[in-house]
Amino acid sequence: METTAAKSLIGTRKPHLGDTTFHISLYVAGAIVVVVLASILLIMFLGGRQAFETFGVGFIWSTEWNAVTSIYGALPAITGTLITALLAICIAWPIGFGIAFFLTEICPRALRAPLGIAIELLAAIPSIVYGMWGFFVLAPFMAETVQPWLTEVFAWIPPLGDSFFWFSAPPLGVGLMTASLVLAVMILPFIAATTRDVMLSTPQLLKDGAYAMGATRWETLTGVVIPAVRGSLFGAVFLGLGRALGETMAVVFVIGNATRMPDSLYAPSASIASVVANNFPEAETGSIQLAALLGLGFILFVVSFGVLALARLLLRQERMA
Amino acid sequence: MLNQLTKSVGRVVRAAAIAAVIGGGIAAASAQDITGACATFPGPIYTKWGEQYKATGAGALNYQAVGSGAGVTQIINRTVDFGASDTPVASERLASNNLLQFPAVIGAVVVVVNIPGVDGANLKLNGAVIADIYQGRIRMWNAKEIKDLNPGVTLPAVAIAPAYRADSSGTTNIFTSYLASVSLPFQTNVGAGNSVPWKTGVGAPGNAGVAAAVKNTKGGIGYVEYAYATENGMQAPMLENRAKKFVKPTVAGFNAAASQANWNNAPNMAASMLNMSGDTTWPIVSATYVLVPKNPSDPVRAANVLKFFDWAFKSGGPAADQLHYIALPKAVQDQVRKKWTTISANGQPVWK
Repeated sequence: METTAAKSLIGTRKPHLGDTTFHISLYVAGAIVVVVLASILLIMFLGGRQAFETFGVGFIWSTEWNAVTSIYGALPAITGTLITALLAICIAWPIGFGIAFFLTEICPRALRAPLGIAIELLAAIPSIVYGMWGFFVLAPFMAETVQPWLTEVFAWIPPLGDSFFWFSAPPLGVGLMTASLVLAVMILPFIAATTRDVMLSTPQLLKDGAYAMGATRWETLTGVVIPAVRGSLFGAVFLGLGRALGETMAVVFVIGNATRMPDSLYAPSASIASVVANNFPEAETGSIQLAALLGLGFILFVVSFGVLALARLLLRQERMA
Repeated sequence: MLNQLTKSVGRVVRAAAIAAVIGGGIAAASAQDITGACATFPGPIYTKWGEQYKATGAGALNYQAVGSGAGVTQIINRTVDFGASDTPVASERLASNNLLQFPAVIGAVVVVVNIPGVDGANLKLNGAVIADIYQGRIRMWNAKEIKDLNPGVTLPAVAIAPAYRADSSGTTNIFTSYLASVSLPFQTNVGAGNSVPWKTGVGAPGNAGVAAAVKNTKGGIGYVEYAYATENGMQAPMLENRAKKFVKPTVAGFNAAASQANWNNAPNMAASMLNMSGDTTWPIVSATYVLVPKNPSDPVRAANVLKFFDWAFKSGGPAADQLHYIALPKAVQDQVRKKWTTISANGQPVWK
């Protein structure tokens, strides 16, 4: 026997207030991301338009950044940004990968949790602390020990063209190499933690199968784990790269803040973020300098966006193949 | 549109600063309080004056050392009661924004060095040599140019590592203005300004950063405010002044420069004190300037700003001495007070 209350529920579907609200709020949440992203890009572009109009493509390709004569070219900052970020990835990726594999496969069970937490704590250190550590501890060490040694070891490498001397430079302590090392330490926990999670997601059945067939740990890693999670491994790296590209405070301390083209891997340089941070407080409203700084921000946005897009593209090809 | 944007950013920053002040347990804003956005060069002395002024029972000074550029921008937007700049603002800009400019306090920039085995405080340098060092023309401490200035001193074959301010700053402006005035190549290749295209060396953030960079690097040379050099126990070499005499940085030498400046004829009271004549004069001295609206919308707050600086002129001398700044000469203070009478709100003079 049906009650009247139950009858009214059967067959018809009344719009439910809570349901509709939830539905709309999800759309709003989704839209916020797009709106914020688009408006940041737009405002950066509008703010930097004056610089793009004044200097044209030269704004990207010119090597001169001169606040006295108001000539602004972004190439030194772009170069510094890309070199430090790429070097940092080259240093942090193998180490992060090693940490992750150690934690998931080799580490004694009792050590796993504390080590994992230690890595996550590394990610929680504020970037200014990394900057000060880099400036007061790493930079003098680089100047007195590492740089003289590396200069000697790599002295045989011929210079690139007539201006880029790879490893020969006066030991100032701060510069591209120091900045890359600090950035590497900063992105290491991100890469290690993400890679660990990805590796943990490899089905145990696959690994057990490999071990059962007599595979060594190395063979299991290269034959089973990596192919199973290859796409996500790239994701971990690009997450770190994204952070390295935009890092500001730590870089200001250790990069040497020289807006000229670097002539060696130790040379003081500047990144886009450090140039903006250093000059923004003194940039006058409506000035070409402010426009140039906002234009730099726009370029950084596009570079980061490009890196991510490239990563996606690589991943897609990876999956198709 | 961008103006609007920067304005609102300024407002947010100010709101945040006020929130921080209240959150920090400092007395909430009262009618007597004034706000200022200023250059970093005079930061320590304004803070000290603010504390002492408050102790006299007057209002509090909420001061943000945000840099000269931001200080000027904020007073143009009228988001603060006074702005400050380490470099005089151009006359047209003062006129178009209805601002009055006056000097508040005088400071000196010194060179600091770290040369292994050499007593930096007794080293002799001149402007031309320093300009060449900062252009990468002199690269070793035992270069002939430096040896010639220091007969009898054994200089090591150590590479010179110049350090400069990474952030754009009034200190850089004073230092580069001096170098540009004594070295034509420096003026053409580098120029003078808050941030300049340095040809060599490394940039470190803030006075403290430059001081640390010099301390950390063998063969380092840098420039900082005198206060930072003395506080950090750094070696500041002698410089050759206009009278071809080598002088050590002393408050007496700074005072000599201040007394030489031509205050009477300087437009907007922006008298240069760089490379003044006189046997004891220190060559790199400059005033830092305060900007107030000529037509304030709130006459009470405007009067409070003037009262604060009046107090600072009368009673702020000891604090200035203590922090190695130089108070304005008495005659200049009176000239400044005379300028204040031109400020009026609704037709009424604010300063009587």
